[in-house]
Amino acid sequence: MIVAGIDVGGKNVHIVIKKDGQILGKVSGPSGIKKAESVEQLYDEVLKKTGLTRKDVERVVATGSAAKRVPFANGTIPDAAADARGVIKLIPTARTVIDVGAEEGRSIKISPEGKVLDFAINEKCAAGTGTFIEAMSRALEVSVDEMSKITLQSTQTLSTNAQCAVFGESEVVSLIHQKTPKPDIARAVMNAIAGRIASVARIIGLEKDVVMVGGMAKNTGFIDSLKKNIEMDVLIPEDPDYMGALGAAEVAAAGIYTEEVKAKVAERETVSEGKG
Amino acid sequence: MAEVKIQEFWRWPETNWVNPDIDWKKGMVITAGVDVGSVSTQAVIMVDGELYAYGNTRTGSDSPNSAIKGMGFALEKSGIKIENIDYCIGTGYGRVNVPMAQQSITEISCHARGANFMYGPEVRTVMDMGGQDCKAINVDDRGKVLNFMMNDKCAAGTGRGMEVFADLIRVPVWEIGPRSFQIQKEPSMISSTCVVFAKSEVVGLLESGMPENDIMAAYCSAMAHRIMELLNRLGIKEKFVITGGIAKNEGVVKRLEKELGIKTAERVWYKKEYIDRKYPFDTQLAGGIGAALFGQALLKMGKAKSARKA
Repeated sequence: MIVAGIDVGGKNVHIVIKKDGQILGKVSGPSGIKKAESVEQLYDEVLKKTGLTRKDVERVVATGSAAKRVPFANGTIPDAAADARGVIKLIPTARTVIDVGAEEGRSIKISPEGKVLDFAINEKCAAGTGTFIEAMSRALEVSVDEMSKITLQSTQTLSTNAQCAVFGESEVVSLIHQKTPKPDIARAVMNAIAGRIASVARIIGLEKDVVMVGGMAKNTGFIDSLKKNIEMDVLIPEDPDYMGALGAAEVAAAGIYTEEVKAKVAERETVSEGKG
Repeated sequence: MAEVKIQEFWRWPETNWVNPDIDWKKGMVITAGVDVGSVSTQAVIMVDGELYAYGNTRTGSDSPNSAIKGMGFALEKSGIKIENIDYCIGTGYGRVNVPMAQQSITEISCHARGANFMYGPEVRTVMDMGGQDCKAINVDDRGKVLNFMMNDKCAAGTGRGMEVFADLIRVPVWEIGPRSFQIQKEPSMISSTCVVFAKSEVVGLLESGMPENDIMAAYCSAMAHRIMELLNRLGIKEKFVITGGIAKNEGVVKRLEKELGIKTAERVWYKKEYIDRKYPFDTQLAGGIGAALFGQALLKMGKAKSARKA
């Protein structure tokens, strides 16, 4: 059976095509302002790459903050459920999933079966999301990748005051003016964001194994700061940024995106929103 | 080749003023207050407790230079030199870095005291809307702080947030208030709290073809709502006044009044002769005025010695 999982996030779209558990193709690209159009384009692109047509795909499940922008999807599942499904398949020992994307950060407690037990989310504030790192890398005049690398070269720990991304930018600029070495500034930024994410994770409690997914999982400098903050090891699966799409494809293959599941997860979402 | 001028939409005009009715040489005590904020710096000179001169400038990259620049701008047309000042107090975010000051006092105390002078002793709640923070302050009839709440962690609801928005939408910051009322119907407010996310939301709205004025209205509403949350936590009492830069943005102020169901006091001097003589009223001066008044009081009570050199 050929299925597709589509994750439409705040910044990027990730699509995975699977056949009988094997990944046939995957693609990612910016979601842009017209998210629906971006999804259509990227979907056609990945189908072309894998030599398939839309008719060959039996089921499509969408997830992400803009999951509803996928008109051809058979169903949608919440991000937390997609993450949980995707992670448990690759790392069966996972009990806590930390997912940090462009505009959201969430921590999910999962059961050995990959069910969402509880989760906490920050979607109100850019501090603690990938957008924060992007803004700071602009202020530092280095790429996000470069910033991740130089973080590991830092020799001193600075403490920064600013929590807010807008104020953080001014603070980084004044640190540059004071001729503070860029690696130390980068480390301070990573420590700050790790602190924010750890505090979201602590709402539900951190249980081994901790798995990190989402775009920020590829940022080694950040992962280093996070490990130090929570004093635990953090496992990173292959293609961590595709986890939502993989989970959605998993759900599509299992055919469990029914109304019943949707209703249950929606209910859980309303409960957890109050905590986040 | 045509010159490309980079427009800075956040940049508000800097102002200074000297009181034509006072001869400072006849004054007994000359005090100054320098309010070095994160975004703007005001230097206020008072002669025997009356407003004599002020300069309102933008804060630069470091506090001492911003204080010197602000003070220079205030003194520019006055004839007073720094050496003629009896006592100077620094306040605001950069208060410990004011080179000409003998002492520093927190901006919360100074804004409370300044609002009392500007708006009169009936003031009970002062909302100081600064560049990088906002504070709701309850005061007594002498301008003494009874209680306060502040947000200095998040740019939402601060002047900086409004400047970021002005730059994004490419409209000078002082035009946003008036233009936010040139609309057919009040739009729903920007839903994101975070300024960074609000920026993406605004880009999306612009793309969707929403008129610019409507977006300004939506942004002003969101900011008013944010301020209201802080005020509600503190408890608001009339007479209610707003100080700081955002007080000049009627788009935010009128929407805040509507949401609170309370009118802000009219932005005029409490002293009738100040109104009659048409002294300029600038809500950003409250901190500087308060600081200069504290200097006056300290000298009077003998708690400080004059530092006058000439």
